[in-house]
Amino acid sequence: MVEVMYFAWVRERIGEPREKIETSAATVAELVEELRAREPRYAAAFADLSALRVALDQELADFDAPLNGVREVAFFPPMTGG
Amino acid sequence: MTVRVQSEAFDPGAELSGFAQGRSDVGAVVSFTGVVRDDSGTLDRMEIEHYPGMTEKAIAAIVEEARVRWSLADCLVIHRHGPLRPGAQIMMVATAAAHRVAAFEAAEFLMDYLKSRAPFWKREVKRDGSTDWVDAKVDDEDALKRWSR
Repeated sequence: MVEVMYFAWVRERIGEPREKIETSAATVAELVEELRAREPRYAAAFADLSALRVALDQELADFDAPLNGVREVAFFPPMTGG
Repeated sequence: MTVRVQSEAFDPGAELSGFAQGRSDVGAVVSFTGVVRDDSGTLDRMEIEHYPGMTEKAIAAIVEEARVRWSLADCLVIHRHGPLRPGAQIMMVATAAAHRVAAFEAAEFLMDYLKSRAPFWKREVKRDGSTDWVDAKVDDEDALKRWSR
């Protein structure tokens, strides 16, 4: 079970800020595939991975990163701070 | 080293006057304040979303890197979230070092990294009610490259 969080327009497309997901995905990319297959709103949010960033337990990571032991996965667009 | 992530307004002058006081090893203090801009006169407000928890950690890591790299005596980062009107302060950084070059460079480094590596997202809300997420700029990503070594 992982806590999946969404920010900015990813959150808007999916329609909620966070959810708990039961998954056997080994990597972020596999989790994305599972989510895409769920419903069109997920497919829309994850249509273009180059427009997305991912953090695992609040550290930036790559889409091929393993999910072993990860509790919190966050998806969001490139950051616009400052 | 001070990092604050807050919705409340802050007073850059007051923050700066208390910064790095009483240190005999500081020869240079540099500060930057970011302000909500309204180029077209159509902006009602800027809304800044962030990732509580990760935001503080990401900024602390950036500050620590700057502290070590430029031997900073002190460093201050304040970044706001929530709705901000045009003219409002969004954020400020201040750096204190023995010499001017280190203080300037560290402040620029902090700004470049806060823009692209701290989990904030800006959304513009126009007076007509329309909204737009601010896109990250290629230039901002390129700006990070000059710091790699």
